[in-house]
Amino acid sequence: MEAKVLIPDPSRIKEELINKYPAKVAKKRSKSIVINDPETVPEVQANVRTVPGIITQRGCSYAGCKGVVLGPTRDIVNIVHGPIGCSFYAWLTRRNQTRPEKPTDENYITYCFSTDMQEEHVVFGGEKKLKVAIQEAYDLFHPKAIAIFSTCPVGLIGDDVHAASREMKEKLGDCNVFGFSCEGYRGVSQSAGHHIANNGVFKHMVGNNNTPAEGKFKLNLLGEYNIGGDAFEIERIFEKCGITLVASFSGNSTVRAIENAHMADLNVILCHRSINYMGDMMEVKYGIPWMKVNFVGAESSAKSLRKIAEYFGDEELKARIEAVIAEETPKVQAIIDEIRPRTEGKTAMLFVGGSRAHHYQDLFAELGMTTLAAGYEFAHRDDYEGREVLPKIKIDADSKNIEELKVSADPELYKPRKSEAELEELKAKGLEINGYEGMMKQMQKKSLVIDDVSHYESEKLIELYKPDIFCAGIKEKYVVQKMGVPLKQLHSYDYGGPYTGFEGAINFYKDIDRMVNNPVWKLIKAPWEKEESGSLEASYVTQ
Amino acid sequence: MTAKTATQNACKLCTPLGACLAFRGIESCVPFLHGSQGCATYIRRYLISHYKEPIDIASSNFNEETAVFGGSHNLKLGLKNVTQQYKPQVIGIATTCLSETIGDDVPMILKEYKAIMGEADLPAMIFASTPSYSGSHIDGFHAAVRSAVKTFATGGAKKNMINLFSGMISPADIRYMKEILTDFGMPFMLLPDYSQTLDGGPWAEYHRIPPGGTATSAIAESGCASASIEFSSTLEASKSAAGYLESEFGVERHQLPLPIGIKASDRFFAVLEALSGQPMPEKYEDERRRLVDAYADGHKYIFGRKAILYGEEDLVISVAAFLREIGVTPVLCASGGKSGQMKKRLLELVPDMAEQGIEVREGVDFVDIEHEAERLQPDMLIGNSKGFTMSKKHELPLIRIGFPIHDRFGGQRLHHLGYRGTQELFDRIVNTVIEERQKSSPIGYTYM
Repeated sequence: MEAKVLIPDPSRIKEELINKYPAKVAKKRSKSIVINDPETVPEVQANVRTVPGIITQRGCSYAGCKGVVLGPTRDIVNIVHGPIGCSFYAWLTRRNQTRPEKPTDENYITYCFSTDMQEEHVVFGGEKKLKVAIQEAYDLFHPKAIAIFSTCPVGLIGDDVHAASREMKEKLGDCNVFGFSCEGYRGVSQSAGHHIANNGVFKHMVGNNNTPAEGKFKLNLLGEYNIGGDAFEIERIFEKCGITLVASFSGNSTVRAIENAHMADLNVILCHRSINYMGDMMEVKYGIPWMKVNFVGAESSAKSLRKIAEYFGDEELKARIEAVIAEETPKVQAIIDEIRPRTEGKTAMLFVGGSRAHHYQDLFAELGMTTLAAGYEFAHRDDYEGREVLPKIKIDADSKNIEELKVSADPELYKPRKSEAELEELKAKGLEINGYEGMMKQMQKKSLVIDDVSHYESEKLIELYKPDIFCAGIKEKYVVQKMGVPLKQLHSYDYGGPYTGFEGAINFYKDIDRMVNNPVWKLIKAPWEKEESGSLEASYVTQ
Repeated sequence: MTAKTATQNACKLCTPLGACLAFRGIESCVPFLHGSQGCATYIRRYLISHYKEPIDIASSNFNEETAVFGGSHNLKLGLKNVTQQYKPQVIGIATTCLSETIGDDVPMILKEYKAIMGEADLPAMIFASTPSYSGSHIDGFHAAVRSAVKTFATGGAKKNMINLFSGMISPADIRYMKEILTDFGMPFMLLPDYSQTLDGGPWAEYHRIPPGGTATSAIAESGCASASIEFSSTLEASKSAAGYLESEFGVERHQLPLPIGIKASDRFFAVLEALSGQPMPEKYEDERRRLVDAYADGHKYIFGRKAILYGEEDLVISVAAFLREIGVTPVLCASGGKSGQMKKRLLELVPDMAEQGIEVREGVDFVDIEHEAERLQPDMLIGNSKGFTMSKKHELPLIRIGFPIHDRFGGQRLHHLGYRGTQELFDRIVNTVIEERQKSSPIGYTYM
């Protein structure tokens, strides 16, 4: 869609962002703050450690492993091995929903299990307590699987959660028990935890059940965590289209589905950052290609469905998908027609996640809004610049500490779903197989791209750009709103959602309209409305 | 109750969270966690979800090397960066499980840091040791308050002022306490005062650190106060700020339960009258009269009802005593905290608790509480938002008090203390019972 707003030259803004920092910090930060050019895509420094004392929005490895990837599967009992805080803070705080088929089906999402480590365990070791905790959880629920998550002290005192898990798995017999070394100090952010989680799920779950999956067009949905019911909307669309969802990683998922995932013929990836490892590993071991899709935005959803149809190459599927798009689009268009006159020409900033800052730009474009600046909290360079930079990414001490699984083709189960020739043909048709072009190629020239934006920088950005809406999470929400700018939470959706698919797009348009055109903002004088502030002169020109 | 080893659905939060909250109540103070960045992020998001205000917490961002070789370098670098960006007057440093497990000697690192940097231009630094494998959030809170007083308080000639260590109460409660002390015409130092930092207005200008909080100059004077009032039933003098001031500077310590209910509020006002030499201002006599009147008018709706009460020990003890005052039986008083004092302290306020069928459980979680609920068949739950799942499952109304309240709006503006707070709480309890009646009655009561 056409941009309606000219973006001011951001070089002065960049200068302002870093001039308060000590020289060394300024030098480091300037590599993570870049002025975009979609043609030549400049390098962005990403996935590097936050400098101590610079307040970041990033979380930890444990948060990425337990909170993000493993949390949404409803029938795994997740036991957090450590003192109480870590388990408490990840207790239902992610808004990932789940829908058991029957009310009596297993669902442990509302539980928060912790070994609640005390001083004596730090001194004398906590493995014994962990094993008792596993036994207790088993006796209570007889779950199919129990996962153990290590928090900071565990690695330091030398508790071996993997050995304890193996021992208990053997003892219990009918329960899969496995551990994760996701101590909070590992890696630079939650991203390390995603990788650790992918490894564990791949090693301990995927491939455990070889029952052939039913259905003609079978795929897995990777990197969709069902925040606010997002996965439900995608499931609805798939069902309408006649696409079989074998497993979801991991929104609204079950142990059985994940164990059976290798029976699908395609992996579609939503959040590339958190789950691309799984896509790669399943490709190598089972011969299932993966494709990057985006179900955030009505146009993007339609595009993603067409990509899936093209992959399967079935005319009937193509026709059915076109019929679904034709049926869904008028509802969406009616809402756009109503709302767009009120949102046209407004501006947005997105600093969130490892894929959301990219995906949600599509929804804003559909409302005629321009993204001035965007960045991820925990992504890597490939999420910004595209996967072609992968060979150029420097391996630092932090990434070296995260295990890379050695995966090879399974002697029995490896079956390439498409031949080399077929894959080439699909690529020639414009299908990005096993690829992701990243965020920056889709962003306007002179938009600002900032990795791991600090609290200080985001305040400064608001002061300088005066956006109509800022998208981030709860940690930024109230400081941004204090300055008279509405903040849309793109982690928890401010209790809203779903925002995926066609229904989701409608929800999002309405929510954004309610926020940017809300009368309450007239009662709050933004700092720059009060008097001359040190900001840039307004240089937005409506075309 | 089953004796469990693991904790399932905890009824407590971690120690450093309490310390960060207390640091937020000191003017121009940035809380700083020595450990992995995840702790700062989690604690920020949790506090923010309740207070709905920005909360910055810095961290020393441990990595694997730091975890092995110690956090001295990261701490110093972090302090330097926070100082440069925020220009705070104070940095409140609390430890985490990580730095405590590896045994970082923070006071020594701070000493080295000061030596390198030269004292003059540095912000003041408060340090609280808060490993989360020891105690719960309330212990971290008190540790931070005590440490602030130890850092700043100096002795000297006695002044006509008192200290109020009000504990982990709501911003609205803090404002009310300040109003009361002001109306008594008594100079005071209230610590920690996050009434504005965690419940303030929009900003006309940018603030690195939100305005408000107890000034360090006021904390410095706390050693010269004529007395301290400390709200807590279970806090030992050796762990409390008022305890420190008493032993160090001879400032008399008045330990009072949180003033909830008429009796406890009367006790608080009596101490204020004694310390100020002033009678209770008419305004509060009025508030008290209205409350007594409300008790008389509302008793018939709630008398004989049973409640399960949970949360921090001090809050539970005080609310339990209040419930007895209005004829509601707190059949279970539960806490994830484990001071070992809970039963004893409640017994002092409710001597007939055994005959009334009041049970006290320390160190429990929500699974334990739920087991008890099945046996005790209460009419209502009183506590924080974490009781929601139980409330939904057992179709019990939940009256939200304390912290955290993240599934309702305005938790930071709830009153709990004094005649005014009791009035608010009383009205909510009565209305909850009436609403249940209204909902369950086939005709629905539309007039009362």
